[in-house]
Amino acid sequence: MSVSQDIFRAALLDAAQPVPEGLLDGQGRAAGRRYNVYRNNVAVSLTEALEVGFPVIRKLIGPENFKHVAGQFLRVAPPTSPLMMFYGSEFPAFLRDFEPLQHLGYLSDVARLELALRQSYHAADAEGIAADALAAVPPEALGALRLELAPAVRIVTSDWPIFDIWRFNTSENAPKPRAEAQDVVVLRDGFDPEPHLLPKGGAAFLTAIGKAAPLECAVDAGGDKFDLTPVLGLLLNTNAIAALHPTGPNHRPNHRPSQGT
Amino acid sequence: MTVKITPRAQPLTLAAAVLAAIASQGSEAAAATKEKCYGISMAGQNGCKAGPGTTCAGTSTVDYQGNAWTLVDKGSCLEIELPAMADGSPRQPSLEPLDRDLPA
Repeated sequence: MSVSQDIFRAALLDAAQPVPEGLLDGQGRAAGRRYNVYRNNVAVSLTEALEVGFPVIRKLIGPENFKHVAGQFLRVAPPTSPLMMFYGSEFPAFLRDFEPLQHLGYLSDVARLELALRQSYHAADAEGIAADALAAVPPEALGALRLELAPAVRIVTSDWPIFDIWRFNTSENAPKPRAEAQDVVVLRDGFDPEPHLLPKGGAAFLTAIGKAAPLECAVDAGGDKFDLTPVLGLLLNTNAIAALHPTGPNHRPNHRPSQGT
Repeated sequence: MTVKITPRAQPLTLAAAVLAAIASQGSEAAAATKEKCYGISMAGQNGCKAGPGTTCAGTSTVDYQGNAWTLVDKGSCLEIELPAMADGSPRQPSLEPLDRDLPA
C-alpha cells in the first residue's frame, strides 16, 4: 500500500506518533528505521536554522535551553516556505507568549531585532540618493517631499534596552545595557545590516516616512523633542534613502497635519 | 495626547534641519559609493533589478547571469576577473545588462 503525504507529514513533527506503515526504501524493501532518521533530521535542521538566525537569544538563555525552546517552536510553527533564510519569523511572538520565559520580558523584542537584521540582509539592493539630490529640492517644497526608504530599512521599537542588550552580547567590551526603552533602525549600507539606536521620536518619524507621509507630517509624528538633523544625516550617510518624490502621487489625506483639533 | 496650538514646522526650520543633515555628510559622501555590476553574480545571489516589493532577489539560476546584478564598490565592477566562457572567449563584467549567460 502507498503512504499519503498527509500521513507521512503528520508524524514528521510528532515523535510520539508511530512511523507510518508501508514505507519502502529505494529497493522496494521495508524502510525500517529510515523514517525515524528523517524525522530527527527535520527537527535538527530547523533547530540549527533557528540557532543561526537568533544567536543573541541563544546566548541569553543558553544553548541547551535554546534547543528546548526551538524544539517546541518548530512543532507549532513549521516552515511555510522552502527558503530557510526566512524561517523563524514567528519566533518573537512565540517567545513573548512562552510561559517558562516570561521573566525575561525583553527576549521577544531582542528576537525581533535579530529577525529584522536577517530580513534586512536579504532585502533587495538599492542605490542611495546623493545628498546633492536633497540639496536641490527648493526649501518651500521640502514639507511635501516624500522620502522612499531602501528596502533593507527595518524599524524595531521596544520598551527594553534592545540595542544595548544586542551590542553587549555581540561585541567585546561593549558597555552594560542601560535601563531605558530603546528604538532601533536597521540600515544596510552595502551588504551588512547594522542596528542604530534611534533618538526620541525617531521611530515614529521613520514609521511615518515608511508609510509615505510627506516630510513635514513625518517630522510632526516624531513629536516636539524630535530632531530631524541627526536622523536624516544617518539615512543619507548609509544610503538608506532610495528615492525622492517631490509631489505626492500617493499622498494620503490622513497624513496631512491635523488643523489644531 | 496634547493639543498643539503652535504652528507646524515652518519651511525655514525644516530647511535648516535638512541643510544641517546634508552638511553633516563628508564632501566625498555625496557621491554614490556603489555601482550595479552585471554578469558577476553567482546563481541565486543576485540583487534585484525590479526593486522593492518583488521577489526576484536570489532568483538568478545560472552563474554570471548577464542580466543579474550585484552592488559593488564604485569603480571596481570592470576590474572583476571572471572565468572564461565555455567556448574559451573571455567573460567580462558590465555596468549595463548583458545578453550572455541567460537561463535557458
